[in-house]
Amino acid sequence: MPVFNQSRKRVIQLIFLVVFLVIVGQLFNLQITSGKYKKLADDNAVAKKIAYPSRGIIFDRKGKAILDNIARFDLVVTPSQVKGIDTFALCSLLQIDTAEFNKRIVTSIIKNGKYRPSIFEPFITPQLQAQLDENMYKFSGFDLSERPVRTYPYKAAAHILGYVGEVDTAIIRKSGYFYQMGDLVGRSGLEKTYEKVLMGQRGINFLIKDNRNRIQGSYDKGAFDTLPEAGRNLYTSIDIELQQLAEKLMKNKIGGLVAINPKTGGILAMTSGPSYDPNDLAGAAFRKNWGRMALDTARPLYNRAIKGQYPPGSTFKPLGALVALDQGLITPSYGYSCPGRYYGCGIGKPACTHFGAGHAANLRIALANSCNSYFVQIFRMALDNPAFANTTSGYLKWKEYMNSFGMGVRLGVDLPSEDKASIPDTSRYNKDFGGNRRWNSCNVLTLGIGQDRMTATPLQMANVTSIIANRGYYYTPHLVDSIQDESIDDTAFMSKYRTKHKVTNISDSAYQAVVDGMYDVTVYGTANFLRIPGVQYCAKTGTAQNPHGKNHSIFTSFAPRKKPQIAVAVVVENAGYGATWAGPIATLLMEKYLNDTISSESMATLERVSKADLIPAAIKHWYYQKDSIRQAKAGLKEVSIDTVIEQPVVVAKKTTFDPEAEPNRKDTGDLILEKPAMLLPNEKKNILDTLQNDK
Amino acid sequence: MTNNNTISKGVDWSMIILYGTLVIIGLLMIFANEYKEGESIFQPVLSQSKDYGKQALWAGICSVLAVFILLTDSKFFTATANLLYGVGIVLCLAALVIGSEVKGSKSWLVLGGFRLQPSELCKVFTCLALAKYISRQETDFSRTKSQVIGAAISLLPAIITVAQNETGLALVYFSFFLAMYREGLPPFILITGASLAVILILSLIVAPNTLFIAYAVLAVLTIFFCRGLFKRNRALLWIIIVVWAFASVISSVAIPYLINNVMKPYQRDRIYSLVGKPYIPQDPEERAELERVKAKTRGRTQNQSEYNVIQSKIAIGSGGWTGKGYLKGTQTRYDFVPEQRTDFIFCTVGEGFGFLGSIAFLCLYAILLFRIVIIAERQRSIFSRVYAYGVASVFFFHITINICMTIGLAPVIGIPLPLISYGGSSLLTFTILLFILIRLDADRQMILR
Repeated sequence: MPVFNQSRKRVIQLIFLVVFLVIVGQLFNLQITSGKYKKLADDNAVAKKIAYPSRGIIFDRKGKAILDNIARFDLVVTPSQVKGIDTFALCSLLQIDTAEFNKRIVTSIIKNGKYRPSIFEPFITPQLQAQLDENMYKFSGFDLSERPVRTYPYKAAAHILGYVGEVDTAIIRKSGYFYQMGDLVGRSGLEKTYEKVLMGQRGINFLIKDNRNRIQGSYDKGAFDTLPEAGRNLYTSIDIELQQLAEKLMKNKIGGLVAINPKTGGILAMTSGPSYDPNDLAGAAFRKNWGRMALDTARPLYNRAIKGQYPPGSTFKPLGALVALDQGLITPSYGYSCPGRYYGCGIGKPACTHFGAGHAANLRIALANSCNSYFVQIFRMALDNPAFANTTSGYLKWKEYMNSFGMGVRLGVDLPSEDKASIPDTSRYNKDFGGNRRWNSCNVLTLGIGQDRMTATPLQMANVTSIIANRGYYYTPHLVDSIQDESIDDTAFMSKYRTKHKVTNISDSAYQAVVDGMYDVTVYGTANFLRIPGVQYCAKTGTAQNPHGKNHSIFTSFAPRKKPQIAVAVVVENAGYGATWAGPIATLLMEKYLNDTISSESMATLERVSKADLIPAAIKHWYYQKDSIRQAKAGLKEVSIDTVIEQPVVVAKKTTFDPEAEPNRKDTGDLILEKPAMLLPNEKKNILDTLQNDK
Repeated sequence: MTNNNTISKGVDWSMIILYGTLVIIGLLMIFANEYKEGESIFQPVLSQSKDYGKQALWAGICSVLAVFILLTDSKFFTATANLLYGVGIVLCLAALVIGSEVKGSKSWLVLGGFRLQPSELCKVFTCLALAKYISRQETDFSRTKSQVIGAAISLLPAIITVAQNETGLALVYFSFFLAMYREGLPPFILITGASLAVILILSLIVAPNTLFIAYAVLAVLTIFFCRGLFKRNRALLWIIIVVWAFASVISSVAIPYLINNVMKPYQRDRIYSLVGKPYIPQDPEERAELERVKAKTRGRTQNQSEYNVIQSKIAIGSGGWTGKGYLKGTQTRYDFVPEQRTDFIFCTVGEGFGFLGSIAFLCLYAILLFRIVIIAERQRSIFSRVYAYGVASVFFFHITINICMTIGLAPVIGIPLPLISYGGSSLLTFTILLFILIRLDADRQMILR
């Protein structure tokens, strides 16, 4: 047979070649040009497991750990491995029913799949852990997994330290998806401000998983793994014993307290009343308590020391004097003859507690006697300063002074959401009085005695007191003195707390008049009955009128008189005279700080103050309502007929707005009359007592 | 010719080396799939508890068999070709009637502990029978009648295999047309057949509009380059236009119409999933019906191929230029690609050794195929030449379709990669095919009929 088809060999070879080239082309397309397969393969087979470092510890000024980490255990479940276990026994240990058990298993399958562990019960108690440890072999598929939890051995400084909580979607988005669902993050206080320092460096372990998500070992023998780096510690200026005392004294009171070391600006203690035990928001307790606290009308989560806005009242007077002295409007020997009222604007207001001749013969005496007329007068002098064209310019200069003293601006303390309170702008008064230049120094004269639209936070008050104690300078108040292994970024952040701010150019002799005046307050003035054994101190009381009821009790002070080591500002809301409640709190703190102990005669004051309940009636009423609802729900059956009050009683002044949000709004003054359906005898008595006290 | 000459006389050693290399590569790939760190390597070979152990045993059996084939007289194959073909057909029919069902196909004969797939072996017998028929003195293969008989010999086992529900294996028999083409089959049959297959696959994997444009561009280019020929041959222009129109109608109208209007949704889903494309019906009612059918069959038959192809592409695609290294492929080692030791074994090569490794691997096959063609052309006897082309065709078809289905160019029809895929029947068949060729080649100076 002829081999006439020899040429077809070439055709066949060509076919082979073309097909192979097509295959090579597609391989090139898949393996070289399209990069997505590499990523898809990693998504398939590489699991990232994050190793969490332990958060940094926070120490007080003496090196005591204010908070610490302890290991708590989560009960985790791998649904695919749960086979033939005694569900009933486990349920009774956890005190849940079988329906709840099944629900949780289904939830974890939805969340993490069948083959990966998810949390079944978070933060189990040590007792339960002990019980489970013994029986763990019976419950296949269940396991205990360790997780560090914050613990607070001193049960104090809740507002300073803040709390950690699970991230929400907003935080995740803001962090550029750095955080993942379930991560803990500092939500307030130092935990939030220093989140980056405290959190440390997360480690990542790359693991290989198979087609059913089962972990098969480490990826590439752990070549890409990174180890977690523990969070760095914070060394603060807090004195934890002082802080504990401050919280004890502020118990059952609403208000704020700040104690600063004026030489460094380091905050020694900071309290907001009401406070809470920080352990209530740690670990498992967080879920239980946070909601209740967030809804509490007394707002225990609200840090009044940096957010509460109070008219400073008479405690403003030394500051008014400093402005007048610095502008050269008065000398320490300047006197004003006060007949008991201020007639400078012809209306005879404000009134003055003293009316004897010479009670404002010079600055020192006027301060000691807290003469309203004197300080209204020097305030008006500042506004009507002939150096400026008009009152508005004078006012703006005065406002500039206030801002440089830290009033009406955020000081920049290292806590989140500090409030700047208010030194009103001229526009505010233009609006109040219907136009520019429609008002003059007479219209706003009570600003001179720390009233009108002026407000300040306890932190600002303490800072102003520091400036006086330092005779003209301050360091920005802060809590953290140093950070472990400080980085360049940290130093940049901390530098603002290490810079001296000089505020006035007043001579020391002129300052001496202000300091002496404040000393006289404690000798024969408004706080003469408050003593610190063996220490001379300077103070100024304040009894601030406010639209929400009884006057706020305010006290600013520093000690010792010669070389001040501590400046304290205390505000107790609706408590009356400054020297009555705020005063003893401040002096007790200074005594504790300077003498390291409380003398026996002061102990009685300590007991009296710490036991006093000064919560306003409106808030008590709210608690009362909550309690009765709870009791009604609990099915309180034994209520006899005589526990019911027949007559309507005044339970509170009507509050038609949020006093914290709108501090300047006037109250209508209406009283709430209520006929409670059910009142237990002792509650009835309590309410009536507080109402009587309030009047 | 006497048997006291050594068996190595005239044997083509390059073929044996290629064969050995490929079998060893196959064993290594199966091992890479199965081996988990820290396990004993040789124990599973002894206990036959793992696939690579079993494959090693099969390789041993095959090498013994290879020696026997090399010891056999070449005339034995010409003498028994028709008989073996008959036996093969009978075995295939027997499997259809009394065979046991494995994975939905009735193609297995079970004798004691020994399982055999006659339709695999039948490839060898068909190849021999075809060679025998064409090499007969009275056959004039340029005549249509002979060509029809040749086609019938090739396709008879295919029909039985289709009946056994082994469509993939049945398609292999079409590869004999390549061998028949060498012997004088008119080229248009081959061109038309291949073109139809290509158009069919293209219509499935490429969007109809894109394809329409591509055809048009191709037609215009052809007309442009062949414009000199039109003066002498007017018909050529018309042929091109008709072919273009025909292809366009098939791809843009006929197949979409067939899929969208004639087929049921689940059939449509299945067709698409063969090429690794998800089928999402636009019509909500249709989608509901599809869901219903999927729910009834637990979504297994419909989605498996689609999932396989996607995972296989991921595995190969993630190899990059040089691959992840032997035993380091994450996709193939942790069971992401199903059937990866049989039909999708090429993924292990692609993932582990990347683009360059895959090309080297393909080169081995290319050398093998070209070597067989060279061997075929140096035969004095037509029998040996036809047989050699038959072997080349079967290898070529298997390699092409298998690799193309792992990279998403061909439908998943489940045929193994020669000498590499796990599977005793497959290894045995290809060994016999190849070694009979080597035996015949050793006697290339003889005229065998």
